Amino acid sequence: MGISERRSRRAERHGIYVAWLRSALRWCALAPLPLLLTACHWAVLDPRGPVGQADRTILIDSLAIMLAIGLPTILATFAFAWWFRASNTRARYRPDWEFSGAIELVVWAIPAMVIILLGGVAWIGAHELDPAKPLSQREAPVEIQVISLDWKWLFIYPQEGVASVNQLVVPAGVPLRFSLTSASVWNVFFVPQLGSMIYTMNGMRTQMNLQADEPGTFRGLSAHFSGDGFSDMHFAVRAVRADEFAAWVKGTRGVGPTLDGTAYTALARQSTNLPPSTFGAVTPELFAQVVRQTLAPGSGPATDRGGAAEASEKGH
Amino acid sequence: MWGKLSWEAVPFHEPIVMVTSAVVAIAITGVLAWVVVKGHLHYIWKEWLSSVDHKRIGVMYVVLALVMLLRGFADAILMRSQQAVAMGSAGFLPPEHYNQVFSAHGTIMIFFVAMPFVIGLMNFAVPLQLGARDVAFPVLNSVGFWLTATGALLVNISLFIGEFARTGWLPYPPLSELAYSPGVGVDYYLWALQISGAGTLLSGVNLVTTVLKVRAPGMAYLHMPIFCWTTLASNLLIVAAFPILTATLAMLLLDRYLGFHFFTNEAGGNPMMFMNLIWAWGHPEVYILVLPAFGIFSEVFSTFSGKPLFGYRSMVAATMGICILSFMVWLHHFFTMGAGADVNAIFGIATMIIAVPTGVKIYNWLFTMYSGRVVFATPMLWALGFVVTFVVGGITGVLLAVPPADFVLHNSLFLVAHFHNVIIGGVLFGVFAGYEYWFPKAFGFRLHEGLGKAAFWFWIVGFYVAFMPLYALGLMGMTRRMQHYDVPEWQPWLLVAAGGAALIAIGVALQVVQLVWSIRHRGALRDVTGDPWNGRTLEWMTSSPPPMFNYAVMPNVEGLEAYWMRKQSALERQTLHPEPEYHDIHMPRNSSAGFICAFFAATMGFALIWHIWWLVVVAFVGAWAVFVVVAWRDEHEEAIPAATVARIDRANRTAREARLPTLGSAT
Repeated sequence: MGISERRSRRAERHGIYVAWLRSALRWCALAPLPLLLTACHWAVLDPRGPVGQADRTILIDSLAIMLAIGLPTILATFAFAWWFRASNTRARYRPDWEFSGAIELVVWAIPAMVIILLGGVAWIGAHELDPAKPLSQREAPVEIQVISLDWKWLFIYPQEGVASVNQLVVPAGVPLRFSLTSASVWNVFFVPQLGSMIYTMNGMRTQMNLQADEPGTFRGLSAHFSGDGFSDMHFAVRAVRADEFAAWVKGTRGVGPTLDGTAYTALARQSTNLPPSTFGAVTPELFAQVVRQTLAPGSGPATDRGGAAEASEKGH
Repeated sequence: MWGKLSWEAVPFHEPIVMVTSAVVAIAITGVLAWVVVKGHLHYIWKEWLSSVDHKRIGVMYVVLALVMLLRGFADAILMRSQQAVAMGSAGFLPPEHYNQVFSAHGTIMIFFVAMPFVIGLMNFAVPLQLGARDVAFPVLNSVGFWLTATGALLVNISLFIGEFARTGWLPYPPLSELAYSPGVGVDYYLWALQISGAGTLLSGVNLVTTVLKVRAPGMAYLHMPIFCWTTLASNLLIVAAFPILTATLAMLLLDRYLGFHFFTNEAGGNPMMFMNLIWAWGHPEVYILVLPAFGIFSEVFSTFSGKPLFGYRSMVAATMGICILSFMVWLHHFFTMGAGADVNAIFGIATMIIAVPTGVKIYNWLFTMYSGRVVFATPMLWALGFVVTFVVGGITGVLLAVPPADFVLHNSLFLVAHFHNVIIGGVLFGVFAGYEYWFPKAFGFRLHEGLGKAAFWFWIVGFYVAFMPLYALGLMGMTRRMQHYDVPEWQPWLLVAAGGAALIAIGVALQVVQLVWSIRHRGALRDVTGDPWNGRTLEWMTSSPPPMFNYAVMPNVEGLEAYWMRKQSALERQTLHPEPEYHDIHMPRNSSAGFICAFFAATMGFALIWHIWWLVVVAFVGAWAVFVVVAWRDEHEEAIPAATVARIDRANRTAREARLPTLGSAT
């Protein structure tokens, strides 16, 4: 049984739970906001892949465990404060009651037991969902190399020999293996509906395994502040059927510019809001050259060292 | 001559900044003119600015915190309104300005609001609670305060001359390195924090020494009020953690000024090490702030329930447990960096373990109320609001400690909501409770109760309206620090959050009104007994405001709740303890060293930021000269004659004697 299958079975078991929480959250949104009740804006609670589903399951399990102890505590706060209010003559006043071994035992034991339970969840979860862990033993994943630049995303498909900027096209139902780095400052690669996020750092390679179960378009963005163009560092993830993916690769390969050292260096200059584009060919080992810094890190802003005045040419 | 400084550094083209500058300039000039014209200058210099009295310094810390709270809150309003309108548009703050606003907001709220507020309250109350005449090192105390104020000044100057950091409140390299942040913003941040951090370290050393070495006769460790314990824990953390901050920022300074490569991308630099080190300071910092708040709540729950603190020894154990554990969890700030499953799991579990002693504290506060007589005075409202809010924040905190949950919530608005949940609900509510609670002790009159309660309700409702939507937005996948966005579904929640900020603004305004109204009507709010809340710890034994020497004779402590025991025996016999024999008291003399040192430190910091090297040398020599002069001073104490001590103490005894019969019926 594949890990993804097991995960989806577990996710199913928690389906009722999730539905309950989601509706509770929606009720919190109150009636004047009916717009919000439409599906799929609760990205983290509405995952479309095994990793996101497993993340959500753990999130909701942990929340339920914590609420089981937290809610009674909040209620007890109100109850104690109200019943023992100074004006309540029926409440018994014991001005010297300051210790009870039994109560101390209970108040140490209850949090400790909750934490032992949750600690187990954390231990198993951290291992099962380690970003570097492959999703499937049998299926070969699609390799994707991700480079964050100031301020856009570059996706290289080494097996297919193509690359794209600010859009990520992936086959649905197939494990995806990401290798990530950054051209200059740090970012975090995050597609909420697919699940876990991971840092991109210059001179280093991080790994992440994700999968989209069904075709669809998801929002991807950076989760780590990276400077003035940060807010525009988002991209669309298009999960498509395997045959459509093959067609996309075929239509892209050999068309348009080649991603070589020169093109990469030009792309690495600071810019925002680049429209999605593709490269028909990629120099082999380009990603490795970025990681090894044989392709130099992207330069920052023009070297005006004055105060705030320098910012005028950027962004908006 | 003037380094990088030129007229271009003043942002004339930004109306928001220029209007703010003008208003601040007019306000400062107005206050200064009023002080000079009314002839208060001499009094302010002698009694406050050059004072080494721990109570005065404590009050000045709190004043600094309150003023900076207004600044930091103004930044919050800017951010909430920007995000409320910036759906598919640029809003009214361009990125280079918005990024400064959120960086300044975080920096100011942590370093120049929360820190001075808790340090101020510790400074004020702890020597009184210990039955001491002053802290261990009074002049050092003054220097520490003024260095903190220097840091605050530099941060505020950056608004008008140059820019502030655009990197977030922790300037992560490589973004904060010269290559990607060539402006002076990061330098302002670094020098402001180096100078104020030195001040905080001095204050930490001082308070640790005070608790360990300067206690009244009989004040054994397990006779100390719980606030003294949390102060000890918090300041031990300061002494252990702040050198890490100073060293880390020093390395970044070396990178930026001298071309080192500690944290650069190239030449073997490792930016991950910055993140590692900054959180090795940063996580203990959270507990540096919240432990004293826990201490305040303990005092408040006990006083306003008319009962001793429940499970005192358990609370001491929990406090010291948190103190140690807080150093073992910093890695949870970067679970998503790919550290590996074992490391993530161990630090996740370590983080959860802190929830155990914290939970114990919550239950002990609940059982302090149990079988008590709970009086809903303003400090008690803050304490109750805290318990509820902090439980919510604790739940989301433990959630974030589970690595896979953090993998989808890290750096999202869920995280932002969580830490505001614990820092506002924990630290800020705590210092507000302490402010209401000890205000009559500091000034001899209470704050207006009705206005205080109104402020509380606006604050707490505003808090929930402002931050609960942020949890939802985090679950919707919105990450933090966005200057604009194009997801229409986010906007309604951000509009609600902006409404919450407006409610909090009313709460803040009511607090200002409360202070002004109470000062103007102080005659009606006067407390002559020095014990307005029917208190239990030593500070309520002396008059309000306490005399310079705190206690006419050193109290003799025989157990926990020293003053309560003494009060009960006086009540039984319906007479005060016999008048003691008064002696001369030797107190430290005032010293202008702190203020002058701070003047030179501010000049030096400013010169370093703008590369005005000759001025750096001049200011450094000046600061050094002050140090030498202070070190060679021969006379550093002055005697207060026994007759003066007797006169002051007798006045207080008379007031207490008059109250004895009424107090008996109250308990």
